[in-house]
Amino acid sequence: MTRGARMARIVAPAALGICALAAWEVLVALNGIPPYVLPGPLQIARTLVADWTGLSAALAVTLRITLMALAAAIVLGVALAILFAQSRWLANALFPYAVVLQVTPVVAIAPLVIIWAKDATLALLICAWIVAFFPILSNTATGLDAADRNLADLFRLYGASRWQTLVRLRLPSALPYFFAGLRVSGGLALIGAVVAEFVAGTGGTGSGLAYVILEAGYRLQIPKMFAALTLISAIGIVMFVVLGLIARLALRRWHETAGAGEE
Amino acid sequence: MSGAPLVALRGVGKRFANGVQALAGLDLEIGPSEFLAVLGPSGCGKSTALRLIAGLAAPSQGRIVWDRAAEAATRAPGGIGFVFQEPTLMPWSSALGNAMLPLRLAGVPRAEAEARAAAALAAVGLAGFERAVPRELSGGMRMRVSIARALVTRPRLLLMDEPFAALDEITRWKLNDDLLGLWATERFAVVFVTHSVFESVYLAERVVVMGPRPGRAAAIHGLSEPAPRAPGFRTSARYADSCRAVSDLLSAALAAPAA
Ligand SMILES: Nc1ncnc2c1ncn2[C@@H]1O[C@H](COP(=O)(O)OP(=O)(O)OP(=O)(O)O)[C@@H](O)[C@H]1O
Ligand SMILES: [Mg+2]
Repeated sequence: MTRGARMARIVAPAALGICALAAWEVLVALNGIPPYVLPGPLQIARTLVADWTGLSAALAVTLRITLMALAAAIVLGVALAILFAQSRWLANALFPYAVVLQVTPVVAIAPLVIIWAKDATLALLICAWIVAFFPILSNTATGLDAADRNLADLFRLYGASRWQTLVRLRLPSALPYFFAGLRVSGGLALIGAVVAEFVAGTGGTGSGLAYVILEAGYRLQIPKMFAALTLISAIGIVMFVVLGLIARLALRRWHETAGAGEE
Repeated sequence: MSGAPLVALRGVGKRFANGVQALAGLDLEIGPSEFLAVLGPSGCGKSTALRLIAGLAAPSQGRIVWDRAAEAATRAPGGIGFVFQEPTLMPWSSALGNAMLPLRLAGVPRAEAEARAAAALAAVGLAGFERAVPRELSGGMRMRVSIARALVTRPRLLLMDEPFAALDEITRWKLNDDLLGLWATERFAVVFVTHSVFESVYLAERVVVMGPRPGRAAAIHGLSEPAPRAPGFRTSARYADSCRAVSDLLSAALAAPAA
């Protein structure tokens, strides 16, 4: 990718975003739309600053659950994928249940999890993990099986042990697949964390951004709702960018499109 | 070939699970430091034969007989080198990392493995490229890394499956000569699978011509030319004669009805 193309990838969406925000602001001002129906971007920004103490605390809670769920998804997803790779029998036996867990809507499971888990944070964590772990599991499992056949033969020819083949061939081969899954899982962990908190509702001990949205809704503090929404989107965007960056760095050596040498 | 063969295929057949009979009644002998070329049409079972010799698959019929004295050393890990049509390198690893893989798998300490792999890379003309990753190397250089990896354990037997088929002619000729040079100094046995009559005649002491599937040795052509080849051999009349003879054998093998 050329420098210009990379700039365009940042500049184009930024310019579009600024235009949209400006149009939004003008629309609200010209039509005199009251803030409890639709606040303008400037007012949302003002709310963000004014309520920063409360919002930042909620942001920290949501961010913490998201990152912990993602970490759990990575550890358990990769561990399960490695387990699957050891035995086809085990993989066949377990995979359907992973799929069941994946396709069942988290809003349907969340109330049960919240009842069963004693700790509110733990309940949210479990819900977010359920939503997030599958892409990592299935991608890594695919990647572990995608090692070059001839390379695998070569390892056999040289009498490589199972462990050597896993560490030196299968895991490195799975790395690009893993990172593709990680990027999806990052967004899902956030969705899981927010949705679970919504389900837990104000009755729960929640204090994350979803709770802020619910509470602000009851009190008709619409600008605050928008402020919390903005923060949730910000987490999602930052996470997407950071995970992409990590993947680029990790795969720099062999990923053609990520290489600095291609410019 | 003179003396006892290093390995002999006796009436070897291979039938795959899907019912395809890739080989049937293949007889082949490979001398201890012989350069043998195997020539045959696509799909006749050449790759399958190499995999059987390497022990990566078992024959369905017939036997593979190894020289008693040499068997243990040859069939131990590292006794056989394998070069595929594609370089088949680990893209995440440097030239050095790829070349020392067989040693690391055998538990050779890192420092010693690095030194021996660096020497193997130098032997194939890649000194100075130890730290380069595969995508920074040209196709010919990648193939050289692949050859260095196959030779790093000093194998008794080198199996090569159309190693230069994907390369341009100039690079191929250069690698042909370099391979002959390595063979002349190391004296390992080579089974070199190729589609090219010219390449087989240029390289090998004997050329085995295989018929269409199910493959078996249809004809064997021995060359009286001293190896490695003298400069100018490519344009000599002897070379042209041998190429014509092998071509005729190949045509005859293709025309013969499959058994
Ligand atoms: N694992 C396998 N399972 C089933 N059939 C196979 C398998 N491997 C090879 N074959 C079949 O066996 C036959 C011989 O294959 P092989 O790869 O040995 O041919 P080849 O002579 O090396 O061909 P080429 O010159 O195109 O590389 C082919 O028809 C192929 O489809
Ligand atoms: Mg082949």
